[in-house]
Amino acid sequence: MPPLSRRGLLGGGVAAAGLAGAGLVGAGIASATDGPGEPGAGGTPETYPFRGEHQAGIVTPAQDRLHFAAFDVTTDDREALVALLTAWTAAAERMTTGGPAGPVGPVEGSADLPPDDTGEAIGLPASGLTLTFGFGPSLFRDADGRDRFGLADRLPASLKDLPHFPGDVLAPGRSGGDLCVQACAQDPQVAVHAIRNLVRIGFGTVRVRWSQLGFGRTSSTSTAQETPRNLFGFKDGTANVLAEETQALTDHVWVGEDDDPAGGWLAGGSYLVARRIAMTIETWDRQTLAEQESIVGRTKGTGAPLSGGEEHTPIDFDMPGSNGQPVVPVDSHVRVVHPDQHGGARMLRRGYTFVDGTTDLGGLDAGLFFLAFVRDPLTDFVPVQQAMARSDAMMEYLRVTGSAVFAVPPGVAEGEHVGQSLFA
Amino acid sequence: MTRRPLTALALLALAVPALASCTENAPAAEGGGDDRTVTVTSSADACEVSTTEAPAGTLSFDVTNAGDEVTEFYLLGEDGLRIVAEVENVGPQLSRQLVVNAPAGEYMTACKPGMVGEGIRSAFTVTPSDEEVEVSADEQELVDAAESSYQTYVQDQSDQLLVKTREFAEDYTSGDDDAARAMYPDARTHWERIETVAESFGDLDPRMDAREADLEPGQRWTGWHRMEKDLWPQRAGDYTPLTDAQRQTFADDLVANTEELDERIGELEFTVDQIANGSRGLLEEVATGKVTGEEEYWSRTDLWDFQANVDGARVGYDGVAPIVEGKDAELASQLELRFTDLQELLDAQRVGDGFTSYDDLTKQEVRELADAVNALSEPLSRLTAVVVA
Repeated sequence: MPPLSRRGLLGGGVAAAGLAGAGLVGAGIASATDGPGEPGAGGTPETYPFRGEHQAGIVTPAQDRLHFAAFDVTTDDREALVALLTAWTAAAERMTTGGPAGPVGPVEGSADLPPDDTGEAIGLPASGLTLTFGFGPSLFRDADGRDRFGLADRLPASLKDLPHFPGDVLAPGRSGGDLCVQACAQDPQVAVHAIRNLVRIGFGTVRVRWSQLGFGRTSSTSTAQETPRNLFGFKDGTANVLAEETQALTDHVWVGEDDDPAGGWLAGGSYLVARRIAMTIETWDRQTLAEQESIVGRTKGTGAPLSGGEEHTPIDFDMPGSNGQPVVPVDSHVRVVHPDQHGGARMLRRGYTFVDGTTDLGGLDAGLFFLAFVRDPLTDFVPVQQAMARSDAMMEYLRVTGSAVFAVPPGVAEGEHVGQSLFA
Repeated sequence: MTRRPLTALALLALAVPALASCTENAPAAEGGGDDRTVTVTSSADACEVSTTEAPAGTLSFDVTNAGDEVTEFYLLGEDGLRIVAEVENVGPQLSRQLVVNAPAGEYMTACKPGMVGEGIRSAFTVTPSDEEVEVSADEQELVDAAESSYQTYVQDQSDQLLVKTREFAEDYTSGDDDAARAMYPDARTHWERIETVAESFGDLDPRMDAREADLEPGQRWTGWHRMEKDLWPQRAGDYTPLTDAQRQTFADDLVANTEELDERIGELEFTVDQIANGSRGLLEEVATGKVTGEEEYWSRTDLWDFQANVDGARVGYDGVAPIVEGKDAELASQLELRFTDLQELLDAQRVGDGFTSYDDLTKQEVRELADAVNALSEPLSRLTAVVVA
């Protein structure tokens, strides 16, 4: 019997060639056979190459679903850590092409062994899965300053915990982490499957510190995508850096070769800022439409700035409004965080909406899991967040309950494991 | 505004005639056939109003700005002076809706592109209809009474705050910590009753009422909560008590700021919409800071603040209630009911002259309080619109 696989069930290996080229053990992934996919599968067949100049999942058109996990490394053994990154690389490469996590598959192996893939993605296509890996500051030095893996001299100056911002009520169990994996896909089960299997591979070397599901993208990263709405009902992040803006990516997203003497290994990578921003949506919902619009600085319907036009019309911050105030209020969100107010600082935002059940008070535990890729968090993120915490009218309805920053190494070349430049 | 995507709305509008074709007369297209809906297009040199008359009742002016500058639209009395209703801050290419209950009579419409001058004016007639709006002759008296009594209330609370803050400072600097701990929630009650007013002074509020978590790195922490932590250091772990000199500095600073606040409050006047907004705002303070037990992190006296916020919201509402009763009796009775429900839950937590510590509330009790706050806040959020309608 030919090996049964996700790809086989689908009846067409879209990205099979790439996998075979990588020289991995077959696992039946390339053995496209016949028959339609399982009915009702929510995913889509597109794939994004795991290997390349940059990691996927940054300029990739933002997928609809997220599962993000931060890990603590539980070993002191550098070789074990490298072995894990190597195993994760192989699993990630398989899964992003629609294959199983392990070389055998969910039902192809011995009946006397637990399968090396957990199986919930059987029949689901690749669904545009991307897996993006990052290293937190605590991987380089622990809380006591100890150089854990001989990496301390490679710690970039900008990779450090964010300062405390007003409005931060951080839960330690939702903050920090030695490693992170961002899994994005068009199908939530595909994203969860990926994280679950990476966690399983990591037992003994890493443990999950915290994880976050996101059910809807809140950003566009390509001109081909519409700006989605957040749980306040508004379009936000309209001024996002987009994949098509090559120069802006170089200036604001990708770390340059000479950015940091200790961080040469990070050239072509980026920094990832993750913030779990809880929204007090019940209180927000009681604001009048006019107040909501003046807090955001945009109309709720089309997303046009209050200075007029359409969603992408440039904002005129100087346009006079009624009562001697600018028509775009001085404490409106769009004004406070706009690149014009921060010397042109921009970010590539890739956040997701979440609802994690209910709070003790009976409200929805809901908000925005903010993800932003920047060239340098100290210049592209911190000043913007400080301004927001200090003077953004929207802060009244937000509280940040988790925070982390990671260095996202450059893309993985053939024959390499993720993050190889750091350990070279 | 609708949550339905705009594109879906357009499709729906197209679908209506087809679905309705089994009747002889298909209803008029959305927005086009309602003679109480008036479209206004404001440009640099014109103010096009789709009709010069409309029947009495709830009129809707859909104002679109075709110019390059912000515009405003006014419905004025026949004298061209009295503002019946207005919509401000209509940006270029944007639209705003002005809804107004207009009784029969002669009016003027005015667009004010660039917000300067008299505006571009035209005569407008509201004709008698069976939806004639009853205008209460004494509404202005009710408004005046509400504004005047609220001002008196705010000033009185501010004065009491100053007196008790001085007492607190005296107890605190003389080392009588028990007396200071007793006075702390008592004095703050007067702050919390007028919190939305006190907070409106953006320079004083962070100096007087900042919580430790609100600070930026390097920002000096002063005010009530700094001293709160010093009086209730139990949750702080290895806390270093303030010296006598430090106590004196913080206490003097708070008294000076309270004097400044009291002086500035004396210069304030309040409009009914501000009073109604203040009432809603105080309930938001409850929802985001008090019912969660975050405001009084060290002393756990959150229920004092909770009650004080509700007191202030209730006084604001009582002032405008006669206006609401005349315009939306159902809302008035609902608010009355919900205020009473919430007060019953708070009364159950009274201990002597004060309240149970937040720590001693069960999860169930906190949840019931939160539910009652939500139940009151939702109708309260419609108060301002009714008051100014």
